Amino acid sequence: MKELFGQALKVINLGLPSFKDALDALRVEAVQVEFKPRVAVSPAARAAFRDHAEAVAKANEVALARVLAGQPVLCGMGRAIDVIPGMQQNVLLHAGPPITWERMCGPMRGAVMGALMYEGMAPSPEAAERLAQSGEIAFHPCHEHQAVGPMAGVVSASMPVFVVENREHGNRAYTTQNEGLGKVLRYGAYGPEVIERLRWMAGTLYPALQSAIAKLGSIDLKTVIAQALHMGDEVHNRNRAATSLLYRALAPAVIEVADKKTAAEVLNFINGNDHFFLNLSMAACKAVLDAARGVKGSSLVVAMARNGTDFGVQLAGTGDAWFIGPSPVPDALFFKGFTKDDANPDIGDSAITETGGLGGFAIAASPAIVQFVGGSAEDAVNTTLQMYEITLGESTSYQIPALDFRGTPTGIDVCKVIESQILPFIDTGVAHRLPGVGQVGAGVLAAPLEPFRKAYEGLAMTL
Amino acid sequence: MHVKGLVKKGEYYDSVTLMMAARRIAERPGVADSAVVMATRENKAILAAAGLMIDACNDAGDSDLVVVVKAEQAAVVDDILANINSLLRAKHGAGAAKTVHPRTLEGALKKLPDANQALISVAGRYAGDEAMAALRSGLHVMLFSDNVSLEQEIELKRYAREHGLLMMGPDVGTAIINGVPLCFANVVRRGDIGVVAASGTGLQEVTALISNGGAGISQAIGTGGRDVKEKVGGITFIEATRALLADERTKVLLFVSKPPHESVLEKIAEAIRGAAKPIVATFLAADGEAVARAGMVAAATLAEGARKALCLSRGGKLDEIDRAAAQRDEQLRAQARQVAALLKPGQRFLRGLFSGGTFCSEAQVIYQHRLAPIYSNAPYGGAQQCADALRSVAHTVIDLGEDEFTVGRPHPMIDFSLRNKRILQEAADGETAVILLDLVLGYGSHPDPVPDIVPVLEQAHEVARQAGRHPVIATSVTGTDADPQNRSVVVEAVERTGTLVFESNAAACAFAGHLVEGRS
Repeated sequence: MKELFGQALKVINLGLPSFKDALDALRVEAVQVEFKPRVAVSPAARAAFRDHAEAVAKANEVALARVLAGQPVLCGMGRAIDVIPGMQQNVLLHAGPPITWERMCGPMRGAVMGALMYEGMAPSPEAAERLAQSGEIAFHPCHEHQAVGPMAGVVSASMPVFVVENREHGNRAYTTQNEGLGKVLRYGAYGPEVIERLRWMAGTLYPALQSAIAKLGSIDLKTVIAQALHMGDEVHNRNRAATSLLYRALAPAVIEVADKKTAAEVLNFINGNDHFFLNLSMAACKAVLDAARGVKGSSLVVAMARNGTDFGVQLAGTGDAWFIGPSPVPDALFFKGFTKDDANPDIGDSAITETGGLGGFAIAASPAIVQFVGGSAEDAVNTTLQMYEITLGESTSYQIPALDFRGTPTGIDVCKVIESQILPFIDTGVAHRLPGVGQVGAGVLAAPLEPFRKAYEGLAMTL
Repeated sequence: MHVKGLVKKGEYYDSVTLMMAARRIAERPGVADSAVVMATRENKAILAAAGLMIDACNDAGDSDLVVVVKAEQAAVVDDILANINSLLRAKHGAGAAKTVHPRTLEGALKKLPDANQALISVAGRYAGDEAMAALRSGLHVMLFSDNVSLEQEIELKRYAREHGLLMMGPDVGTAIINGVPLCFANVVRRGDIGVVAASGTGLQEVTALISNGGAGISQAIGTGGRDVKEKVGGITFIEATRALLADERTKVLLFVSKPPHESVLEKIAEAIRGAAKPIVATFLAADGEAVARAGMVAAATLAEGARKALCLSRGGKLDEIDRAAAQRDEQLRAQARQVAALLKPGQRFLRGLFSGGTFCSEAQVIYQHRLAPIYSNAPYGGAQQCADALRSVAHTVIDLGEDEFTVGRPHPMIDFSLRNKRILQEAADGETAVILLDLVLGYGSHPDPVPDIVPVLEQAHEVARQAGRHPVIATSVTGTDADPQNRSVVVEAVERTGTLVFESNAAACAFAGHLVEGRS
């Protein structure tokens, strides 16, 4: 107390703003807190975190250090069944937490049907549907096979996938090649043109890219992402700069390894798809975050993923457990002819980018898409600023020019989410709720509270 | 239906801008359908399917923008097409500097890493947890909120004591730390008198009186009213006392409280044993001898406490001060006699309408053994519980800060409306001899009291005069000229209505008491 009497008073005001106004008038340094009542969690959980605050902080330090040190590198490609651990012919990987066919949303069912036809396991949509519900096909989350997939995220045995290695930690992550926009498998479309495109991607795109990457040795994804952030991407809803950078890196090698016609087709395909890099930004984040798994007591979020029905969260300190709640419908801008009534609840593993400190967390770096958050650059800056309140640290590589090159908010802390009630902010695409239609818009959403509350209580039980 | 459109050649807009524009157009009243798209082959097919195809679109290509609007009224369509440029460029707010406040204590600490004091005034059921979080972050805490459980109060205060932190409250309204007035407080001179108070209004009164008397305050620490009760055991009171005894800037201590529980008084006595600094205590209605035995200079009223602390701060002698006080009382008695001569015989009773609870208590302490019977909604000392807080009988003193008046409305120090009505009610009562008020200035109180109180005072005088009576309204004005309201300005405005303004609540009470003594 003696110390207090000797110091200049610096005040944090939690409550009536008029008390802060008075301090302002007196030129006393003060910060106002916009208070919201805390989330109702079990008192035992809150007490557990209070009693083990130091241990949790230490565990989080370890987990965060692993995340910040991650070195994601694109090092090769292969067929899913050959490279993804545990992959089998009768297994389909999907986005989000585990789900049965019965509970699957429309677009995921569509993607499953498309994948079964693509694999030649079903001749028609009807046959594919019958097979999907027959019990002969096992549905596993991508996340449980070191993989990530955007939207429906369906990966089948013969699909080619990128291999991303975390050079710091030695672990790998896998993801498919991005199909582009419109009627595509990941949005639940399964028409002939969808299957045809997938075949071309496996037969033409994949061999060319595989050889090109082999020729290059590897591509440092951390550098690409860091540069893309300086060029207006947040590498979730905007991947234009990153795709361009990847294109620059790949093009000379593609031309060297492929015949002229193939090279032109491959480069035109990448050029025509501003989201080509998305899958790689996701795999980069996945490879980095997986390294933080298994840190006992850590409340760092290692996955946020949606299957179009449920929103799932995994923590560094809770092993393979999923904490789930209903997935919300995003607040979106819709393509001509569609409304919110057409929208499926949020879907996809792409929230791994936000989990890794990118996407919505880095939206201040992406003025071109601020319309999604209210239209002004300031809204985007404010969104990012708020995310610093729920993260454990700041990226040492990914920077936001508009914030004087401050590192992006990185390492979501489920405790901070619960204490502040600030929910992770996610950029997202919107799928039609029926199978076979495809994308209907793009937008943003706040993650739902429930999975975070459960994760908080779940981790508390391990302390 | 009117379907019209236009093509803007070679104008590129990203899809997000187009979707925003489309949404804005669709929201316009009267619009049945619309499209704002680049004229790609795919989009043209969509337009055709939707019945929105226009001729001009046939020649348009990928890099041309096409806008089509369908509406019942042609004017709606024409208006939108005429304003299409602004619709495509519509901005949301011109980037006015919105401040984003952190939502958590932790976020605030990131913004102000060397913060040392938390003010907490959120709802009671959340406030305790927030206070604990603040203490755990190493902050000293002023907990304004009430409805914090006794158990939690004890937990907070014990934690603070173990960690060398100052835990003021819960239910603490006033403090002055390092010269900074916090919550409800006045702008006072800095000086060498340290105050520990379990009463907010009491703290305001003594600090303002000391400042107006030319001395100053080193620190004024509020403890919250429950602190000096048996269960809490005076934890903050004693820790604050120790801190002030150790504080080099503090030469004299002044305690303000209702009488502490016996066990707490013992602990206080223990804490100050052998102290080199003089300690004055206004424990309203306490046994003065017991206070003196505990090692303190007893003072019956807030004003007396302030006076004695001021005297000791100057190195003066207490008996001189007592003599001066007796003289002042004689003056008040004389003034009362003069005014009494103007009253009608029926004007017999005193009606006190207080916004500060401690002032209501102090009044009852002053009238103890002098005015009986006296009624109150917050009886203290010898007063009796009034049957109806809304209607005065005989001598009545009302605390308008009690729950029965404040549920669902602001505190009477901020919102005068209820008391204003009551002033007029008492003025119209033929038995009223004097209306006794308080007026509390400073931060937190009514920011501009004059326009709210002066017309009512004028009206109250007028009501009594109309009825052929001599109106008497007496008030104190707690505050300083450095307060945002400026005490001198307020006093002058109030005096102009014919209201008698006194230097302290004790003086106003004494005057009113002298006035009605022997009339009933």
